[in-house]
Amino acid sequence: MSGLKFHGKSFHPQLPAWLLLAGMVLLGALTLGSCQRATPLPLRLTNITGHMPDLDFALTDDTGKAVTGADYRGKVVLLYFGYTHCPDVCPLTLAQLHVSMQRLGALADGARILFVSVDPTRDTPAILKTYVSAFDPRAVGLTGSPRAVEALSKRYRSAFTREPDASDSSYAVSHSSAIYVFDRAGHARVLATPSATQDDLVHDLHLLLNTQAES
Amino acid sequence: MRALGFAALLGVAMLPGALYATSANDVRVSHAWLRILPGDLPAGGYATLQNTGTQPAALTGAHSTTYADVMLHLSSVAGGTSRMRMAEAMSIPAQGTAKLAPGGYHLMLTRPVHPVIPGDHVLLTLTFADGSTLNTTFIARPANAADAGPDRPTQPATAHALPTTHGAVHDHD
Repeated sequence: MSGLKFHGKSFHPQLPAWLLLAGMVLLGALTLGSCQRATPLPLRLTNITGHMPDLDFALTDDTGKAVTGADYRGKVVLLYFGYTHCPDVCPLTLAQLHVSMQRLGALADGARILFVSVDPTRDTPAILKTYVSAFDPRAVGLTGSPRAVEALSKRYRSAFTREPDASDSSYAVSHSSAIYVFDRAGHARVLATPSATQDDLVHDLHLLLNTQAES
Repeated sequence: MRALGFAALLGVAMLPGALYATSANDVRVSHAWLRILPGDLPAGGYATLQNTGTQPAALTGAHSTTYADVMLHLSSVAGGTSRMRMAEAMSIPAQGTAKLAPGGYHLMLTRPVHPVIPGDHVLLTLTFADGSTLNTTFIARPANAADAGPDRPTQPATAHALPTTHGAVHDHD
């Protein structure tokens, strides 16, 4: 209160304007330095920045190691739900992601494709390892207890259902077809739906990979 | 008489006036390939089917000596969810084309009797709703392949080149 009074009473009329300008410059500098969201990235895919929670889970990777979302901080993450006994759509998606990664060249080393199995009964870490390795060296298979997989799926408002028609081990699993993309800080940024073009995905990954991790 | 003999021999139900117009006779297959996944995981089968005939054709499935099971499936995306279900048939319009393609109709091949590796040629017998069959060679491609491959832009049906007891009827027969 005394400060306000002091400003109002004693300063030259020009000074508050000068201070205001200085303040704006300072604020601008702080904004640029600490928070990239002030200047939104021109992302082309469905922008989910601020609308989906940060990447977090407790699962087992394809080497059998327990991992959490924090293990992938510093990487741009492409999260995709699927299962290995899916002969059509999952391989199609992973093959397309592989082509996108190739188009990114050396930048792609800063990205990870996390293929989360919605069929943890059949998809062991070893099976997942062979499977994802057949598509891209930057792909990691994740599995876990049905509850842990469901928790991750629900976190991103995704869903999967084991189709009831099959009687034996050849059942199909319906699952979310979207790819969730997270920045290096683990923030959800864009959603790639099946109708999204590869050019747009590569464009957005390029932007995110060229942005350093900052919270 | 000759035509009737053929029909009886082949066990093909034919429409009057279209004695030789079996689907197997009308359909040309190209870009036939299999997506080979690691281990014993199911493979996906894809091809372009062109119907040169004046009657619509319908692919009902396929069988092979290399895989214990071959099923015609249909993948779909609705409400953001990918689904796969068995399909009765894929229709190929007269003078038209239909594709077994990733994300849509495809063959799901399970339980290979021996390991199939990329580069292998796998013989599949396509079956049509009219009972006719067509032997086709599919090229095995790696898991991350997008199509039949640049090295093999077309993959003609090879029924004429392979000994078979139930091959397609040909115009020149």
